[in-house]
Amino acid sequence: MSTQKIIVVGNGMVGHQFIDSLLASDSASRFEITTFSEEPRVAYDRMHLTDFFKTRSAEPLAMTTLEKYQSQGVTVHLGDKVSAIDCAAKTVTSAQGLTLGYDKLVLATGSFPFVPPIEGNERANCFVYRTIEDLEAITAAAENGAKVGAVVGGGLLGLEAAKAIKDLGLEAHVVEFAPRLMAVQVDEGGGRLLKDKIAALGVGVHLNKATSRIVAGATCQHRMEFADGEALETDLVIFSAGIRPQDELARSSGLAVGERGGIQINNECQTSDKDIYAIGECALWSGRIFGLVAPGYAMAKVAASHIAGGEQCLTFDGADMSTKLKLMGVDVASIGDAQGVTPGARVYTYFNQPDEVYKKLVVSADNSLLLGAVLVGDAADYGTLLQYMLNQIPLPEFPEGLILPNRGDDAQTGLGVAALPDSAQICSCHDVSKGGIRAAIVAGGCCSVGDVKGHTKAGTGCGGCVPLLTNLVNHELEQLGVEVSKDICEHFPHTRQELYHLIRVGQIKSFAEMLDKHGKGHGCEICKPAIGSILASCWNDYVLKDEHIGLQDTNDIYLGNMQKDGTYSVVPRVAGGEITPDKLIVLGQVAKEFNLYTKITGGQRVDLFGAQLHQLPLIWKQLVDAGFETGHAYGKSVRTVKSCVGSTWCRFGVDDSVGLAIEIENRYKGLRSPHKLKFAVSGCTRECAEAQSKDVGIIATENGWNLYVCGNGGMKPRHADLFATDLDKETLVKYIDRLLMFYVRTADRLQRTSVWMDNLEGGLKYLKQVIIDDSLGLAAELEAEMALNIANYQCEWATTLNDPQKLKRFRHFINTDATDDNLVFVEEREQIRPAFDDEKAQLIAKAS
Amino acid sequence: MSQHANSQNWTPVCKLSDIAPNTGVCALVRGAQVAIFRQAGSDALFAIGNFDPVGKANVLSRGLLAQLGDKITVASPLYKQHYCLRSGDCLENAELCVPVYPVRLNADAVEVAA
Repeated sequence: MSTQKIIVVGNGMVGHQFIDSLLASDSASRFEITTFSEEPRVAYDRMHLTDFFKTRSAEPLAMTTLEKYQSQGVTVHLGDKVSAIDCAAKTVTSAQGLTLGYDKLVLATGSFPFVPPIEGNERANCFVYRTIEDLEAITAAAENGAKVGAVVGGGLLGLEAAKAIKDLGLEAHVVEFAPRLMAVQVDEGGGRLLKDKIAALGVGVHLNKATSRIVAGATCQHRMEFADGEALETDLVIFSAGIRPQDELARSSGLAVGERGGIQINNECQTSDKDIYAIGECALWSGRIFGLVAPGYAMAKVAASHIAGGEQCLTFDGADMSTKLKLMGVDVASIGDAQGVTPGARVYTYFNQPDEVYKKLVVSADNSLLLGAVLVGDAADYGTLLQYMLNQIPLPEFPEGLILPNRGDDAQTGLGVAALPDSAQICSCHDVSKGGIRAAIVAGGCCSVGDVKGHTKAGTGCGGCVPLLTNLVNHELEQLGVEVSKDICEHFPHTRQELYHLIRVGQIKSFAEMLDKHGKGHGCEICKPAIGSILASCWNDYVLKDEHIGLQDTNDIYLGNMQKDGTYSVVPRVAGGEITPDKLIVLGQVAKEFNLYTKITGGQRVDLFGAQLHQLPLIWKQLVDAGFETGHAYGKSVRTVKSCVGSTWCRFGVDDSVGLAIEIENRYKGLRSPHKLKFAVSGCTRECAEAQSKDVGIIATENGWNLYVCGNGGMKPRHADLFATDLDKETLVKYIDRLLMFYVRTADRLQRTSVWMDNLEGGLKYLKQVIIDDSLGLAAELEAEMALNIANYQCEWATTLNDPQKLKRFRHFINTDATDDNLVFVEEREQIRPAFDDEKAQLIAKAS
Repeated sequence: MSQHANSQNWTPVCKLSDIAPNTGVCALVRGAQVAIFRQAGSDALFAIGNFDPVGKANVLSRGLLAQLGDKITVASPLYKQHYCLRSGDCLENAELCVPVYPVRLNADAVEVAA
């Protein structure tokens, strides 16, 4: 088929999702995609707009990059908007005068904030809350002396804006026309509690207030005058009084629009012109506008499938507008018919004033089905209730049990995952059903929540469904007869995390003590290295101490990396990859003397292969004397900090990446962890050190260091996630300290940081809360634990060389100086390699 | 090799203190490479052939002692197969086994019959 020109007007979250979906279709190669963004940047996560105030950087919100679009063949026009459509000629014209032809046109123009027609709404320091530019303007106003801020509108976004004002250090007020906050989502009872909670946080809440005009104030810049005669003085005003579909372009181009706005679409998301689609907040479906991102995404997928024309065309059949969110630390959820407007609907209410919890169920007239719910203060039941509502699951005999607190060991009132139909949507972000998850387990061979996440993407969006997903996966595995035990092995009925806590809290210093207090039997190759690693992480003892030596696995036990023939490779530390010529010469001399095969590693070090057990101390003696330290290449521990040459030499370098890499490597060297850890530092965004493929990646910017976390190469490569931006070195190190110790503390054995983060409920966002915001109050503890670890660092080889008793172990036979006659090497490309079986047979025969 | 070891073919190979608890050493006994293990706590001794039939290398003495159910085994340091220290059987592959040698503590000396 010939190439089809697709133009997407608007590069917001929904427009971006459309492009993603189309590129993911089987016929992606057939499309030539062009997109226009009125804003000066490509798509970003508007849902988390408020996070902008934390980092003051747009980057963490970005959903893609220009480069990524370019590599995908998508043409992007930033800062330009389509100003006219010629439906007959099938062309669009942009504000900057560009005219382009299209085969299919997709309007994803979104919405604009509604500013009430109040006198004075155009005064200085009156804002809306929609784009990064809006937030920048609000920040600037706050920094220019504003002391008080007021938000007009007490809806979801209005409360977000109020929080932002408060976080900027201003006195915050919310002014709402309706008699309660979040009037659409919650009912009167829930609204009252919400108001109390928000007010208790120090935000002024003004309900039943119609602003009649804004004039010059006496104590502040403005004075908001209300219809009831009262007034509020404020320095800045943010209008957050709802959205209106951005349908101007459609209107002026003759497409059908609704009476109250919105571009009319059918179930395929086509407008009145079959070659033009509209998706997201600008679209009007069946008389409704959907102001949430999930329905927008659904429309994007429908339009993409329709244009791609595959076998399975999706249709848009409306969307559930249930929401769950945390507003200023207050859990709020709203499901279905929250207001109970369905004829005959009946209500169950639970209000616990001391604990500040409000819950309401709206059920059908015959008590059989859940129609809606409101939860304030405790939204833990959201997942269960949503499944009841969406899947029309018959309610239990006493529905109130679903919202009453479970005291004692009453029968479980939560919805068992077994009761869910296969069609039940478990993950709404990635639209994964129970059936999809079952298939991943039964046919896809997934054996854990992590596997299922990787296979289906379920639980990797907002993370809200992870508890339900975990229950479901465990249930399905049990159905298959797979015993789901979280015990690490038969000797310890505990998870790794529990073992960690037992050791840390109980100050346990040896495996024998651990076995005695918390285990049974003699231990095995699972629990021994795991506990050995935890002991090392906690107390950083010498790993070959008598009480620890039997816990060390293949490599650690001889402080070398065992190769296929039983010889070892030797890797001294070359911090940051920086090495003097003299030290390089020493490496060469040692390799030559012991006839070792020499290779450069991916971590900017030199690996010396073919060392026999008895040679290890001789080799290390020379290396330690020359100033080398062990590289811990044998341990599940911090390995290398790779770096580019940085600003010292590079024409493009922004900061001294080598200097930082050396400092970081020396700080964390030898830290034992659940899995190996690799770091990198790049001196500029060209990223020559490939920091974004590391567990900890650091990239220099003009304003400091950007920190990326939880990436890895290897079997399942994963890009690191941007964690924090523009950090000074002190903060950077603080965050890494906390992150590493939190990982060491909570990860499973042999779990890499990427899988660990994906398995944390709440994922990256949660991790940021713990590390950056210190939401668990652990930061000081984690830093202290790291400090202890650093203080107890020792070069294990230097220690070993000073201990004649330990050195006795470094020979092949305990009772003779003979060596292993089974080791045979041949030469290849001027170096040794282990002989193949047939070569060995010949050579041994010849020798004897 | 003989399971009916008599006094004349016991070979002393090292002192008990030369084997750290829960680890193994390798001894050369009449031309055979023997892996000798010392269990922690009980100080029980075990001896099997040092050659790993899967990895085809003399490395079993460097493996981790692992109890699996009622079996005391060593996990090969190369590919982690388990060999029962009493029978020499490979738990993962019934066709594989390694030799087992009598071993005893005679005063402070570890002695192997091979």
